Amino acid sequence: MKQRKILGSEAGNGYLMLSPTAIYSIALMAAPLIAVLVFSFMTPGYLKIIWKFTLSNYTTVLGDPIYAALMERSLVMAAAVTAATVLSAFPIAYFISFHVSPERKSLWLFLITIPFWTSYLIRVFLWKVILGYNGVINSAFEAIGLIKQPMTFLLYNANSVVITLAHSYAPFAILPIFVALEKIDRSLLEAGQDLGESQIMTFLRVTLPLAMSGVVASVLIVFIPTVGDYVTPTLVGGSSGQMIANIIQLQYFKLGNYPMGSAVSITAMGIVTVLALIFLFLNRRFLRGQK
Amino acid sequence: MKGRGFRIYAIAYLVFLYAPIVLLPIFAFNNSTIISFPLVGFTTKWFAALSDDTSLLLAVRHSLIVAVSVSILATTFGVFAARATTRYDFPAKGGIMGLIMLPLVLPDIIIAVALLGAFTNILGVSLNLFTVILGHTLIATPFTIAILNAAFQSLDRSLEEAAYDLGETKFSTFRLIILPLVAPGIISSMLIAFTISLDEYIIAAFLSGAGSATLPVYIFSQFRFPQRVPIIMALGTILVCLSVLLLTVAEYFRRRGIAKAGGKDTGGFL
Amino acid sequence: MTESQDPATRPARPIIELRDVEKYYGDYYALRKISTTIRQGEFFSLLGPSGCGKTTLLRCIAGFEELSGGALLIDGRDMNGVPANNRPTNMVFQSYAIFPHLTVEENVGFGLRRDPGTKAEKAARVAEALEMVGLKGYGKRAAHALSGGQRQRVALARALILKPKVLLLDEPLSALDKKMREQMQSELRKLQRQVGITFILVTHDQEEALIMSDRIAVMFDGEIAQLDSPERLYRRPVSRKVAEFIGIMNFLPATVVEVGAEQVALDVGGLGRLSITAEQCPGGARTGTASVGFRPETMTLLFEGDPEPTRARVAEGKVTEVVYYGDMTYYEVLLDGVEKPIQISMRNVVGRPVLQRGQRTRVAWDPAALVLFG
Ligand SMILES: Nc1ncnc2c1ncn2[C@@H]1O[C@H](COP(=O)(O)OP(=O)(O)O)[C@@H](O)[C@H]1O
Ligand SMILES: [Mg+2]
Repeated sequence: MKQRKILGSEAGNGYLMLSPTAIYSIALMAAPLIAVLVFSFMTPGYLKIIWKFTLSNYTTVLGDPIYAALMERSLVMAAAVTAATVLSAFPIAYFISFHVSPERKSLWLFLITIPFWTSYLIRVFLWKVILGYNGVINSAFEAIGLIKQPMTFLLYNANSVVITLAHSYAPFAILPIFVALEKIDRSLLEAGQDLGESQIMTFLRVTLPLAMSGVVASVLIVFIPTVGDYVTPTLVGGSSGQMIANIIQLQYFKLGNYPMGSAVSITAMGIVTVLALIFLFLNRRFLRGQK
Repeated sequence: MKGRGFRIYAIAYLVFLYAPIVLLPIFAFNNSTIISFPLVGFTTKWFAALSDDTSLLLAVRHSLIVAVSVSILATTFGVFAARATTRYDFPAKGGIMGLIMLPLVLPDIIIAVALLGAFTNILGVSLNLFTVILGHTLIATPFTIAILNAAFQSLDRSLEEAAYDLGETKFSTFRLIILPLVAPGIISSMLIAFTISLDEYIIAAFLSGAGSATLPVYIFSQFRFPQRVPIIMALGTILVCLSVLLLTVAEYFRRRGIAKAGGKDTGGFL
Repeated sequence: MTESQDPATRPARPIIELRDVEKYYGDYYALRKISTTIRQGEFFSLLGPSGCGKTTLLRCIAGFEELSGGALLIDGRDMNGVPANNRPTNMVFQSYAIFPHLTVEENVGFGLRRDPGTKAEKAARVAEALEMVGLKGYGKRAAHALSGGQRQRVALARALILKPKVLLLDEPLSALDKKMREQMQSELRKLQRQVGITFILVTHDQEEALIMSDRIAVMFDGEIAQLDSPERLYRRPVSRKVAEFIGIMNFLPATVVEVGAEQVALDVGGLGRLSITAEQCPGGARTGTASVGFRPETMTLLFEGDPEPTRARVAEGKVTEVVYYGDMTYYEVLLDGVEKPIQISMRNVVGRPVLQRGQRTRVAWDPAALVLFG
């Protein structure tokens, strides 16, 4: 009897302490997300929802080639952004972890996180200014006589979206890899070389597998939000760089079609979740023994 | 690559990271509406133009109201959650925390859409600054928890017990021991929440409604007008300086907090 | 639990009474029906291997853990429902738990916040407490700038300033290096005599417990296996388990032939027929197979020219291992007619050689050194 009370009070205190935050999350995130799911099965009416069950939203989303093309492009671009970001981030994380003295590590991390925290909108807009037809790169190259005509492949296409997003998500990619590298016991690497492996083979056979948990985290933490990014495709994407968030925004704001917008959102989230799970499953051997 | 190669790469990477930000002040002081080289001449008129823009000043006011509220709310929620996870053990802790931390990986537009639907179609409330505050608190809370967790974790449990053993109550122990030791973490968390809210666009755009545009919503609306670009550059310069200042202060307090509680520094904000 | 009668320890006023104290976590028993009394003014140690429940018992006394069953009385008052901040106990934590944001002075005076005394009185008490632990003049230092030994002293002063009826210490010396630890052991002992407060020390270090305590409770698996003075615990352990935990004990197979009122007759492998007193059977005696134990220093190797022992008896055997320690030499000797070698320690004396492996030797032993285990 008494034992129950004691157990109850420890757990009870925990629940009590966590409840304000948990209730807030449930009320303002879990419940609204469920509402989105419900909306997606309702009949659209302009700026209002007709409470009548239908599957037509989903038949449109999944059947209409426009949606399919947009979804595919979002995923491909997010994959490209993820690849570019994670691949360029790995050497930085490696450098900070293995080549920077311990007391200067936090300075480097601070330097890398600062741009991330400074006005996102303006940073994206700056890329538009940098890459534009009359932009910084073109005008600078023209001024020094490198080119005669402004280059047009820089802005308003998938390239500009990838560059801009890779810039935005850099710290998200660097930090998880850095954390994983920091956890590696340095004597393992010496053991690797002691056992006759070259430096490169030690990297491939010891460092990289141990760092994979960080790489996996980086991939997910970059890929998932970029699929749904709105600002970047809108500002620098042009018509060929539009992504799924543009359609969601269009449905909600311009067309007032909440059920359709919800169906697109749910489909996108569903696809991303499935992809993330497949990715985790494929990398499960690297995650074993991790929390 | 040897150490040298890595260093060159790292510096090139930093140039890539900082290039856009460095351009800001250059064009904010350039006497031309067109953002291109070569530079035309020095001027401060774009900064002067900022102070004449009444809708900008209103947006700044809105953003400050929202950001201050969010920093207080999100930090309060963060303190509860961090204290609960570091101090107590209970079933389903991981699951509940996972839900609370979900906004870290959820695209902001999904949260914006979900809240918009809930506010307008279910609750039938009108959109205003308050709804923006609610949305921003949701996405800022996971960041405050991450910072506060570190602060609470470096707190030795026996410090509390010692105070209690010496005759203090649970409440006075919190006030005399825990609060002073996590205070730097709390300040750091408030600054981060403030910065996140000040910077957030998509949720604010969905939830602010007419007449309560925040600063990013206002800035986004200005992108359509090419002649406004240098003014935005001037504004951006101010914002960047402000956030670097806030972040440096936040980082200072975060480190001091860890040092104070006798812990070891393990990294940045994320 | 067995508590043998020791005439040397005078009966004193009980300060803590444990009556069938139980503590379980889920279905794991950390403490099993512990009943004992701790006396006013004694230095009491809880000794046992890691995980045996020492800290749990200490925390139950302090009030950090609720009892799952039984009763706990401090100075005659039932502590059920009395929280830690209202108990007349104070604790020195294993990590010391020095408040890092306060000065030494503020740490030591922390418990005086609710005291009605004037500022000057409190300052005087803090100064007195600091002097008592040898930290005079350190009051203004920041707590985080202290060494391990200094933290330990601050923790002691902080706990003692409230003049608790019982001071609880959870492995207070385990974080110190060997030299510092030895110094603190004797200082703690002196301090305890000086203030006259009951100390309850938790330790897993048997040597530390023997050196410091008036009485020691040896714990295994949530139970007290033996509660005795250090000397009796060493000389007359009640079980093989206790004997093996404290110092080194040799065991020889034995048969109990006859149990009399005063004497017990045995047949011991390697030693032959002998008889011991009932006092040498702290765990009781029954006829049948048993074992006898003795400490390595109770047997003596006989060298050429040594006088024949008068009281002791002599056995013979072969040296199988020699470990030289400087002041001592440890021998392993295989007695004739036994399968396992025994350990014998000899003080190294000028002019006496160290035996070699393989040499035959004679061993003098005294039946009074033997202990019987059932
Ligand atoms: N809060 C707890 N929950 C579950 N088990 C515990 C708890 N505290 C202690 N235990 C268990 O009780 C046993 C005794 O622990 P403790 O008293 O700390 O041992 P020690 O003698 O080393 O001080 C250990 O096996 C430990 O795992
Ligand atoms: Mg212990």
